[in-house]
Amino acid sequence: MLANYGNVGLFLVVAVLFAITTILLPVFLRYFRIVPHKPNPVKNSPYECGMETAGKTWVQFNFRYYFYALIFVALDVMVFFLYLFAVGLREIKIFGLIEIAVFVLVIAVGYIYAWKKKVLEWK
Amino acid sequence: MEIDKRHRLHIYSDEELDKNEGEIIELLKAASQQPVPDQDEWLDEQLRRNILVTSVEILLNAARCASLWPVVCFPACCAFEFITTAASRFDISRFGMEIIRASPRQADLMITAGTLTWKNAPNVRRVYDQMAEPKWVIAMGACAISGGIFSGSYSVVPGYNRIIPVDVYVPGCPPRPEALLYGIEQLRRKISSLQFLA
Repeated sequence: MLANYGNVGLFLVVAVLFAITTILLPVFLRYFRIVPHKPNPVKNSPYECGMETAGKTWVQFNFRYYFYALIFVALDVMVFFLYLFAVGLREIKIFGLIEIAVFVLVIAVGYIYAWKKKVLEWK
Repeated sequence: MEIDKRHRLHIYSDEELDKNEGEIIELLKAASQQPVPDQDEWLDEQLRRNILVTSVEILLNAARCASLWPVVCFPACCAFEFITTAASRFDISRFGMEIIRASPRQADLMITAGTLTWKNAPNVRRVYDQMAEPKWVIAMGACAISGGIFSGSYSVVPGYNRIIPVDVYVPGCPPRPEALLYGIEQLRRKISSLQFLA
């Protein structure tokens, strides 16, 4: 039983070694002057790349994006659960079917509500 | 540097934004009246046969040659020749260059394909500053070398070497993909003779 965890332990060792190597590699390269040391203020700044933000940041987005995103997320997660349900259908039988039907119903109520509220129409 | 400070100003109106941008451009223009010297010391060294590359350097130089990652810096039409070079017929992935990085932090080669206006010059300078060391620049096409047919214009930078040091010049308007590949080959020659273990 315990021997089965040997692979996990091995994986842990490899993961730790990999992390330490990747952290120490730049230090090593700098120490042996393999990488030239030419800092400048732009390179040292924490901002990663491209242009810095200029002007006003109080830009308004269209609020309807959020409606779309919310409904999409709800349905997306539902599809994920349906996959798991379909895989395990043989074991969970009629009880599982009823339960998933309730789950779909709850989301469908919200979806139909949003539909009736004309969230899906872009005006 | 004065320009870097100006990039960090907090600006809340369009007029101020335009004014600040203009000031940045004027500062850069004033600071780059003379060309930056070319990175060509290695040529003299090669003539004098003084190059002694150690085996570690050979290994590291080979690694650098074989994985040049270009940054996206394509202000104008030479970019299409570059795209052809990157596409299947000429295929720069043979040189380990198929990854065109969108982030300058991950790139070490700038292929400057196209006319550069003074308005865009601070941005190119900024992208160059952000690139990781060691970094190289290939000036591709007539505009990148001297401003090309626009060289007399008030708005065009007369050659990228006014704002950034250039390693290899590839002439042509635009250069054929073969010419660009030859330029890359020359850059690889340069990198192969690089000495850094003092």
